[in-house]
Amino acid sequence: METLKQLRDKIAAGEVKSVDAVKAIFERIDTIEPKVGAYLSLCKEQAMTQAKAVDAKIAAGESVGSLAGVPIAIKDNMCTTFGTTTCASKILENFHAPYNAHVVEKLLASDAVIIGKCNLDEFAMGSSTENSGLKQTKNPWDTTCVPGGSSGGSAAAVAAGLCSGALGSDTGGSIRQPASFCGVVGLKPTYGRVSRYGLVAYGSSLDQIGPLTQDVTDAALLLNVVAGHDERDSTSISEEKAPVQDYLAELDTPVDGLKIATVPHLNAGADASVQKAVEAALEVYKQQGAEIVEIEMPYFDYAVSAYYVIATAEASSNLARYDGVHYGHRSRDAKDYVEVYSKSRDEAFGTEVKRRIMLGTYALSSGYYDAYYLKALKVRNLIRQDFTKAFEQADCLMLPVSPTTAFKIGEKTDDPLQMYLADVYTIAVNLAGVPGISIPCGFDENNLPIGLQIISEPFSEDQLLRIARMYEKHTDWHLRKPEL
Amino acid sequence: MASQYKIVVGLEIHVHLATRTKIFCGCELVYGDTANTHVCPVCLGMPGSLPVMNKKALEFSILTGLALNCAIAPFTKWDRKSYYYPDLPKNYQISQYDLPFSEHGYIEIPAGDGSNKKIGIIRAHLEEDAGKNTHTLGNFSAVDLNRAGTPLLEIVTEPDMNTPEEVGALARELQRIVRFLGVSEADMQKGHMRFEPNVNLHIERDGQVFKTPISEVKNLNSFRAIERSVAYEAQRQYAEFLETGKTLQMGNKRTYGWDDAKQMTVLQREKEEAHDYRYFPDPDLVPVEVDDAWLNEIKSRLCELPLQMQNRFVSEYGLSDYDAGVLTADRATAEFFDTAVKLGADAKRVCNLLTQTGLKLANEKGVTVNQLGIGPEQLVQLAKMADAGDISATAATTIFEEMAVTGGDPMQIAEQKNLIQKSDTGEIESLVDQVLAENAQAVEDAKSNPKKAKKAMGFLMGQVMQKSKGQANPKIVSQILNKKLK
Repeated sequence: METLKQLRDKIAAGEVKSVDAVKAIFERIDTIEPKVGAYLSLCKEQAMTQAKAVDAKIAAGESVGSLAGVPIAIKDNMCTTFGTTTCASKILENFHAPYNAHVVEKLLASDAVIIGKCNLDEFAMGSSTENSGLKQTKNPWDTTCVPGGSSGGSAAAVAAGLCSGALGSDTGGSIRQPASFCGVVGLKPTYGRVSRYGLVAYGSSLDQIGPLTQDVTDAALLLNVVAGHDERDSTSISEEKAPVQDYLAELDTPVDGLKIATVPHLNAGADASVQKAVEAALEVYKQQGAEIVEIEMPYFDYAVSAYYVIATAEASSNLARYDGVHYGHRSRDAKDYVEVYSKSRDEAFGTEVKRRIMLGTYALSSGYYDAYYLKALKVRNLIRQDFTKAFEQADCLMLPVSPTTAFKIGEKTDDPLQMYLADVYTIAVNLAGVPGISIPCGFDENNLPIGLQIISEPFSEDQLLRIARMYEKHTDWHLRKPEL
Repeated sequence: MASQYKIVVGLEIHVHLATRTKIFCGCELVYGDTANTHVCPVCLGMPGSLPVMNKKALEFSILTGLALNCAIAPFTKWDRKSYYYPDLPKNYQISQYDLPFSEHGYIEIPAGDGSNKKIGIIRAHLEEDAGKNTHTLGNFSAVDLNRAGTPLLEIVTEPDMNTPEEVGALARELQRIVRFLGVSEADMQKGHMRFEPNVNLHIERDGQVFKTPISEVKNLNSFRAIERSVAYEAQRQYAEFLETGKTLQMGNKRTYGWDDAKQMTVLQREKEEAHDYRYFPDPDLVPVEVDDAWLNEIKSRLCELPLQMQNRFVSEYGLSDYDAGVLTADRATAEFFDTAVKLGADAKRVCNLLTQTGLKLANEKGVTVNQLGIGPEQLVQLAKMADAGDISATAATTIFEEMAVTGGDPMQIAEQKNLIQKSDTGEIESLVDQVLAENAQAVEDAKSNPKKAKKAMGFLMGQVMQKSKGQANPKIVSQILNKKLK
């Protein structure tokens, strides 16, 4: 299957009609999607209208955007005026957003065709997409396994060829980990690089939207479209402070004298197959003249603990608005307004969401705030410093994405702590706000994909993508596709 | 037994700021429109929406903080205050918790005896207002979110007020200040200002001071209600103390409402509920740094405050405190008056012209005095004509009214309307001589009958004025008459 970039170029050149490409995708979805379950909703009508419009532009000789006519999927926690925006939650099952998210506007402005909205863990809380309140998504490489999460639907859709590329969101690893589990590329940009306006919030200080694609070039292309300041998001970075680069421009130029940091004690925590694949990946860089420096990141190990205080605290507040009063599910049995709250929320939130709301509410409660929330913020600062020091010694940091490859559906659902540890390598990146990417770097003995995580300084996505591309150019893991 | 107690009152005040748009979105602030017509995803708390600070709202707040002599924090931030209520769409209110934009100030209020009293300001912070619940649909309640997101300045005073009148004076003074600054319309009827007094008594008995439990009276929006509720609480608390001996303890603060019909406070909550608002910094908003350049720019917008101006009008211009108070009720009048005096008019004369004629005209037209179409220069001229005796006080009023219609020159109007007084002593003297000659009996009475002198004098005065067709300057007539009848 051609990549996003390849298809876009063909459409723009008039070799392929967008309408045909989109039809072909919907046909493939008809046969493959029942095995994968990547989508919560498809927007055929909207997609065909958009495709026709792009074709008409091309036929009229008008210039078209950089995503002209290509079928794109988005995670169902990004608001669209078409279809529903459910966050895979029963509480928003029939919710029609009155506005488009910033990234949706950007996609449409670059002539992309949005074909559907992908499954996720409810409100992006999870690492396997099993917490979806609406659907179970399966890993295209082994449909008895999870696709990872929370952007499991987006990753599975890309891996199964059910779209040309997708957007996900990453709060603690939610783009990179499913990318790794599904053998695709997943980029979490620097916090502030992409506007969060219209992304339904989970952990506001951690959430960031990014691409899931077949290769690094496509990731650069999608980032080109969605990156940039948005005055509606106060936390999005200004052009003066960190101008958006053309991430495609220098993509194929290797980084001279590349210095890579590794953290031996962290690698040691991963499964043997993962360790081996990461070490082999480092060899590929060495052969290109890169230097490996071993460093320590003393506070990295506290990341998961700090994350589950900060993210849940923010979530407990962010999710307070789902109360059955203004929109979303409202209990039919409520006798007074307090019951509208308690019953609506009790009926429609899933177990994990409830668990995190409880955790966060506790952490923010008077008498506990200092011991939990404030302490976690201090740890977060120390972790940030760990990264700052790392980047004083090297251009980037390389780690596994996850300690394991995709696990079986149901394997960890009864053990939330085990599930949380699936994000042990990705969470610190969100706490520090730095960019990280997952690229395919091998397969385990069960033919399940393994991801390599590369992390770099804030707002150095151009360099990060070039480093990723250096590896991709010399390997062909990203070209392997699951048989479905 | 004499009631030996001191009333102790602190105020919590909410002021709606008169920005064009809401504090965290671009919706216009409109009072009294159809429900839910000034709303957007942000103030509706829709999933995925994000707040963006209205810089003007913070600038208005800082300006007020400066006027209240507060220290302005160089670094301030936004916090989420969590509680569930249907008029609060996000179920948290964006407010300021531990780092308010300003604290530690004071406000001076007129103490009633011509002196001023300083009332401490603990802090002032900015937050978003909630919407409004309405209960007119039978089994259902409705929510109107037009008001949600209105910038709300919360000011908390020290418990430095000791009489109901002082509490009222503070409320009025604050209204005058925010209006002078142009940061709020401060229309009490529209709920632009809401007051919540915290009241208790310090009762002295047997050399010991007993403090009564604090009552907080919620949501007052008239000056009368503020004063009366404090007075009522003082009596009620004293009576309760005599009966029960209850004193202030942790957690026995009570919340009252004010029943305007019954003129009494009504208990709403017995004990202060153990609210846990779970404050934490709002991750959607960046902290605000107020640097010197910005602060100085805001400072440059400060004006002379009403009470300072009122005091200056008394001390510099010799006005009565009452007149100075009337002139400083709004900034336009105060500055118009001040300009006229600085241009050389007599202060008392201008004051009379403005308070007796100008404000009445402005009120009728629904404008401020500076919008009557009369410039301060014209007013000065009119005042000088009256001072010089060119026109009578009545004529001055007539001319003022005419100026407001035609915008004409006061002297021209006076001439057109034949309102110029004759001050030519020669001409008047001959009129006086005529009258004296024609009224021998009255002259006799005025000179040598002490019982009738006053009346005779008045009669002669009237005769002269009549002969001059009302145009003789009565002052000069009187001088000449007096001289001749000695």
